Amino acid sequence: MSELTSLTLKAALDGLAGKRFSSAELTQAHVDAVAAARPLNAYILETPEKALDMARASDARRARGEAGRLDGAPLGIKDLFCTEGVRSTACSKILGEFKPTYESTVTTNLWRDGAVMLGKLNMDEFAMGSSNETSAFGPVVNPWRASGGNAPLTPGGSSGGSAAAVAAELCLGATATDTGGSIRQPAAFTGTVGIKPTYGRVSRWGIVAFASSLDQAGPIARTVEDAAILLSSMAGHDPKDSTSLDVETPDFASFVGKSVKGLRVGVPKEYRVDGMPPEVDAIWEQGIAWLKEAGCEIVEVSLPHTKYALPAYYIVAPAEASSNLARYDGVRYGSRVEGSNLTEMYEATRATGFGAEVKRRILIGTYVLSAGYYDAYYLKALKVRRRIADDFDQAFEKVDALLTPTAPSAAFGLGDKSDDPVAMYLNDIFTVTVNLAGLPGISVPAGTDANGLPLGLQLIGKALDEGTVFSLAGAIEKAADFKAKPAKWW
Amino acid sequence: MAIDAATVRKVAKLARIAEPEDKLEALSKELSGILNWIEQLNEVDTDGVEPMTTAVHAKLPMRDDVVTEGGDPERVLANAPKRAGAFFVVPKVVE
Repeated sequence: MSELTSLTLKAALDGLAGKRFSSAELTQAHVDAVAAARPLNAYILETPEKALDMARASDARRARGEAGRLDGAPLGIKDLFCTEGVRSTACSKILGEFKPTYESTVTTNLWRDGAVMLGKLNMDEFAMGSSNETSAFGPVVNPWRASGGNAPLTPGGSSGGSAAAVAAELCLGATATDTGGSIRQPAAFTGTVGIKPTYGRVSRWGIVAFASSLDQAGPIARTVEDAAILLSSMAGHDPKDSTSLDVETPDFASFVGKSVKGLRVGVPKEYRVDGMPPEVDAIWEQGIAWLKEAGCEIVEVSLPHTKYALPAYYIVAPAEASSNLARYDGVRYGSRVEGSNLTEMYEATRATGFGAEVKRRILIGTYVLSAGYYDAYYLKALKVRRRIADDFDQAFEKVDALLTPTAPSAAFGLGDKSDDPVAMYLNDIFTVTVNLAGLPGISVPAGTDANGLPLGLQLIGKALDEGTVFSLAGAIEKAADFKAKPAKWW
Repeated sequence: MAIDAATVRKVAKLARIAEPEDKLEALSKELSGILNWIEQLNEVDTDGVEPMTTAVHAKLPMRDDVVTEGGDPERVLANAPKRAGAFFVVPKVVE
């Protein structure tokens, strides 16, 4: 039943409401697709029995006239989200067979609205990576391949499993998280839509913490409207997260398709970086032309501290991570490696349980927070972070939103950048600024490069103005009419 | 700034990660590469700039000082690598 897995979330919800098929049928089609797609390594845990139980319960609710807004829709869940009774590992060996005794707020909200869980999705270990290669379960393979080639490509990271699963039609949508670009870059690499909402829009409770002042969850989906539907369900105030904003959650889907005429859209000149492939620049120009045709006014703006965003991030994020990851000590949960005393047990547990990239970031974080270096590194980075946020504040005095490329390239080969941490970090050059400033950013597929690989455009909005971001993303989506799909090889 | 193997040893100790002696040199090169790249932050004039610790403009909320949940040791201990009764077991820390 590949027609059922090819539906958009919106079309599937309409089909369920119109009784054209049941959630049990829709879910079974997805369960089968997931089982047939193991070469992609997108799911690290399939939960078919749970999915079918949830689907049958959904069908029963619908029969009683009690269907929620996502009722019966099968979704994939990034392994960073704690799911009660279902192994949650953040794709790290250190969490072993950890089975949470609680459910994250985001997934609680999705189940409240009737969604169905297909399983847990692969990701970079603790969401630290841009290629999915740091996962303890091995990398996800991008369903897309360069035309005429069959070399395995990265789906991006850290939400590579989420993006690959959505692109390969292994779920109708997926949860993801974004600390420096981990929703938007994989979305761009797989021809999918991904939004990182305003910091505080979505509760972080029950999501394994990486860098708490930057982490934010959001959806990856196949259309802008689907992403909007999912975000409305995921978002909302949560007293269990002290940084969760006590604001109304709009019906984001109502903004998709709205006219963007008269909106002022900024194009930051500092985002034209050296060595950017001409195709990325061309798609950006194309996006500018599309928005002009839709009636937007394009304004050149300056974000002068852009080039300092990544180095600032690589102090702030590892510093917070070194503190957050101190909890993995082999005492209360996860795997333990014994030692002759407590310190040796800690050291052996952490040496064995953490992968190379995670250790690297913990060491950097520990170093920049250590006595004598705190002011020079950490405090300096926090001040630069303020400068970056001020840049956006000034730009938003003149414009309603910003248009940029999502990533500096299309998907690259697995293994191509794994030996050079800094080259890997540069993937997030256009996305990381948004996390530092706490703003909403969406990636929309806009076209393909010469090899037929997807390229994405990013729209950045003012804090809590996801509505405008969705309207503009909808306009790009409509103009781009991106219909390409990966040729099935798995 | 370059950091040497001795510094890596010290930082690894602080982070409670056992790093074998023969890996310290390679790690120090890797970390120095990252830190050298970070050095460019010194080009930014940050005099008088207030450090930004959060992107949230709202005030941190206060909640009532009451017990919200608890009294459920089985849930707390469900994932313990080693337990005895209602306790986590760790190597002996007091002689």
